[in-house]
Amino acid sequence: MNKIFWPVLVALTLSACGTTGGTKATVEDRTGGKTAAATTGQGTETTGVGGSGVTGSAMGGQYAGDPRKDPASPLSKRSVYFDFDSFVVKDEYRPMLEAHAGYLMSKRDAHVILQGNADERGSREYNLALGQKRAEAVRKALSVLGVSDAQMEAISFGEEKPRNEGHDEAAYAENRRTDVVYSDEK
Amino acid sequence: MSVSPLRSVLLFSLFCLALLGAPFTARAAMEIQVIGGAANKIAVAMVPFRAAPGQPVPALTQIAGDDLNRSGQFRLVDAGGAQQPVMPAQVDYGVWRGKGADALVVGQVAALPGGRLEVRFFLLDVLKQTQLAAYSYTITPGQWRATAHQIADVVYAKLTGIPGAFSTRIAYVQKQGRRYELKVADADGQNPRTVMRSSESVISPKFSPDGARIAYVSFEDRKPVVYVQSLRDGHRRKLAAYKGSNSAPAWAPDGRKLAVVLTRDGASQIYLVNADGSGLARLTRGGNIDTEPVFSPDGKTLYFTSDRGGSPQIYRMAVSGGEAKRVTFNGSYNVSPAISPDGRYLTYINRDEGRFSVALLELASGQTRLLTDTARDESPSFAPNGQVVLYATVQGGQGILGTASLDGKTHARLSESGVDAREPVWGP
Repeated sequence: MNKIFWPVLVALTLSACGTTGGTKATVEDRTGGKTAAATTGQGTETTGVGGSGVTGSAMGGQYAGDPRKDPASPLSKRSVYFDFDSFVVKDEYRPMLEAHAGYLMSKRDAHVILQGNADERGSREYNLALGQKRAEAVRKALSVLGVSDAQMEAISFGEEKPRNEGHDEAAYAENRRTDVVYSDEK
Repeated sequence: MSVSPLRSVLLFSLFCLALLGAPFTARAAMEIQVIGGAANKIAVAMVPFRAAPGQPVPALTQIAGDDLNRSGQFRLVDAGGAQQPVMPAQVDYGVWRGKGADALVVGQVAALPGGRLEVRFFLLDVLKQTQLAAYSYTITPGQWRATAHQIADVVYAKLTGIPGAFSTRIAYVQKQGRRYELKVADADGQNPRTVMRSSESVISPKFSPDGARIAYVSFEDRKPVVYVQSLRDGHRRKLAAYKGSNSAPAWAPDGRKLAVVLTRDGASQIYLVNADGSGLARLTRGGNIDTEPVFSPDGKTLYFTSDRGGSPQIYRMAVSGGEAKRVTFNGSYNVSPAISPDGRYLTYINRDEGRFSVALLELASGQTRLLTDTARDESPSFAPNGQVVLYATVQGGQGILGTASLDGKTHARLSESGVDAREPVWGP
């Protein structure tokens, strides 16, 4: 009972909340120590979640809600982990990526952002490029499976948004990762 | 602040005017630790300047002395004792020679009408018993620190023959909890001012060559985007926000172009773009990582990090295009290049057995040396006079900023307690 009910609740809650808190950036004037001028409206953004976020299509009578959130579906899996210094998408992620490719090809207005990440060791800019390489590897895998380039964007957070903020090998492994994020559910 | 060399020391009889409220307030923050040091340092005694009547002794000599100390080229001689001259005529050179001083700095502050102050100082050669420099500064009470840095610049230039860089600025990113602030501070880390704050990360700040603008990478748009912001009025705009990631800005020496790294065509590749965002042109063409570009001082060559050889190494290529040549060979991880203002040295981060340290390469000879013995160093950049390298490292789990002399023997720490500082860059 729980298993069926919980995702529906999540979907309903998501559709009810129209916005997520956007990121904020403030620009300040630093001329002569005065605190005048300063704030521009730029950088403040609000991302809508309504609309396509909830489709309510049923999956084999088991699940009524967004198929991407069905815990039983490989679509609910969103992270591809990489070995140290590696950019190869391992075979174990094939079912997951095939599921996402199928979804994207069936819904041409859907769009994914492939967010690459790196562990914290070394240069931030080089780690940004390493994360990009991991995002690009997943983008290419989806492309090979038939997903249109227009439906994908590969970007990198480098070491800037670690999932695990620890400083050991386990944390690093968790942060060498690409996340598949749908634009309508950021 | 107006500055004029003094013609005569006799002008000092004018001093003793009304005292005006301008107490020196020491700002909290970064402290300096000089660890180790080279032989053959120039020994300077700095006598605390006499304050204007009724006012506290200004920290001028403390601030200027710290500046000189951090350079690694100076040793401060204890200036205590009965001899406390404020002008050359009062100097008993024998006393200072006895203390081992090569040079002596004396001075005093006078209050001027309208709340302004006059700072006069003299730099004296103790061995030759001659005056090397004499300056007068008319300042407002808010200009203590700037004045001290100018005094340090004069002393440094007169005694080393190299221009000082104490009146320049640095930028860095401070992280507190989930808040990121891009800061611009004096070269000693003091007087920090926030020029941008965000709830997402900010990396890779780079001053324009004239110091009027700053480029940086912000993640506020849920992806890396390169911004250019005026340091005069805070106005900013996106320089590069193409599909994919946008990062690693580097100003050309003329300030008209920047190199940036984009992934719009797949791999991280270097592009040139005009400072107004127009005229985008791809420079490197490969499927590997090319990033962290930096221009040579003559603007003709780009140094950058690439993994085209299997491990990240530093390469160089002509800005006009053509083949890239590998520059670093020692070790399997050499990244984050920066070029000295005279083009002779490359500083970068070298990884050796899991330790990330600041390295220095003399380009002509190929000789390298490590400048630090810390293990998590990042983001090295040269002082505008090329004599010191600024970098970030981690100490006690916290990001701190440090400087290292080119001989690697003097390390100073610019650190504010309780904050995480990273991504430093030295500007004009």
